[in-house]
Amino acid sequence: MKCRRCREPAVIELRRHNAGFCRECFLHHTREQVRKAVDDFDMLAPGDRVLVAVSGGKDSLALWDILLDLGYAVDGLYLGLGIGEYSGESGGYARAFATRRNARLIEIDIPVEFGFDIPTGAKAAKRAPCSACGLSKRHLFNQAAVEGGYDVVATGHNLDDEAAVLFGNTLRWNVDFLSRQRPVLPAESGFVKKVKPLVRLGEREMAAYCVLTGIDYIVEECPMAVGNKHLGYKEALNAIEEHSPGAKAAFYFEFLDKAAHRFEPAAVGDAEVELRPCASCGAPTSGDVCAFCKLVVRATS
Amino acid sequence: MKVLLRNPRRELELKGPLRVHRLLEQLEINRESVLVVRGDTLVTGDALLEDDDLVEVRPVISGGSA
Repeated sequence: MKCRRCREPAVIELRRHNAGFCRECFLHHTREQVRKAVDDFDMLAPGDRVLVAVSGGKDSLALWDILLDLGYAVDGLYLGLGIGEYSGESGGYARAFATRRNARLIEIDIPVEFGFDIPTGAKAAKRAPCSACGLSKRHLFNQAAVEGGYDVVATGHNLDDEAAVLFGNTLRWNVDFLSRQRPVLPAESGFVKKVKPLVRLGEREMAAYCVLTGIDYIVEECPMAVGNKHLGYKEALNAIEEHSPGAKAAFYFEFLDKAAHRFEPAAVGDAEVELRPCASCGAPTSGDVCAFCKLVVRATS
Repeated sequence: MKVLLRNPRRELELKGPLRVHRLLEQLEINRESVLVVRGDTLVTGDALLEDDDLVEVRPVISGGSA
């Protein structure tokens, strides 16, 4: 197979684009897809201070690398989740990348700072591990961005992640979640703007980016995520994609284009939820105490 | 050829020559969910793998929904 751009031998085939690419042209393609997502959805402005949520996996490290290459001022934030060897190893990859790029990595260790780890905390709080993990990440990334004076939090959610979440929310017609499934969540009182610059790239492309640029990342799956619904949705979508290349991209981007606006609170007749500061930590919440502070109490009592 | 698989990590010994897409068919692996790495670079589905190749079939799907 030949590269579509330069006719040299290809190293990767992207059936969705009906194309093969050599290393250099693939890296160019990847950066251009990020640039296009950033421009199309007004994700970042020149001079923005960006905080990338870094897990040590392929998506977040590739995102950090690409945003640095595109000239943005980007620091990383790594959360220690206390998931045994997995956390130790993934933190090592995040630190190694920061050293390689001479970039600033902020670290917050949940067991040290809050006195619980995700597996035991989730159990104590009677939450699924991925739910407790996601809640902790959303809270702590936002808090760190507010305290650090960052303009934007960027996450490594890719096209497969977004298509799988959309698939799950559509199966259940989760209107609340569908209304928030956008590549950009604008800043609002107490919340920093959140962006997903990898939405135009599949996770196969992100893994390929890391292999071809020599970025080491944690390949093994998080032991807490094995067998979860989200992975099942990805498998189902990949089964469709194999026979119908481009199906995932069409599903997600046509949703954004033709359907997302129908689920906004005003469109479905819901009142906007009023937020107030959490009595414990000051983060915006719809109740008296935010969900993260409740998790901390349950996980440590 | 030696084929490294992940999740769980294991190794297989297979006879070459063998095209990458045939390898994935034999292993019943969806080509959308993996990369195939030979040595230190990627190979496309039409690449011919030889007896003395070291091949990794690397999964690309990762799982948290947060």
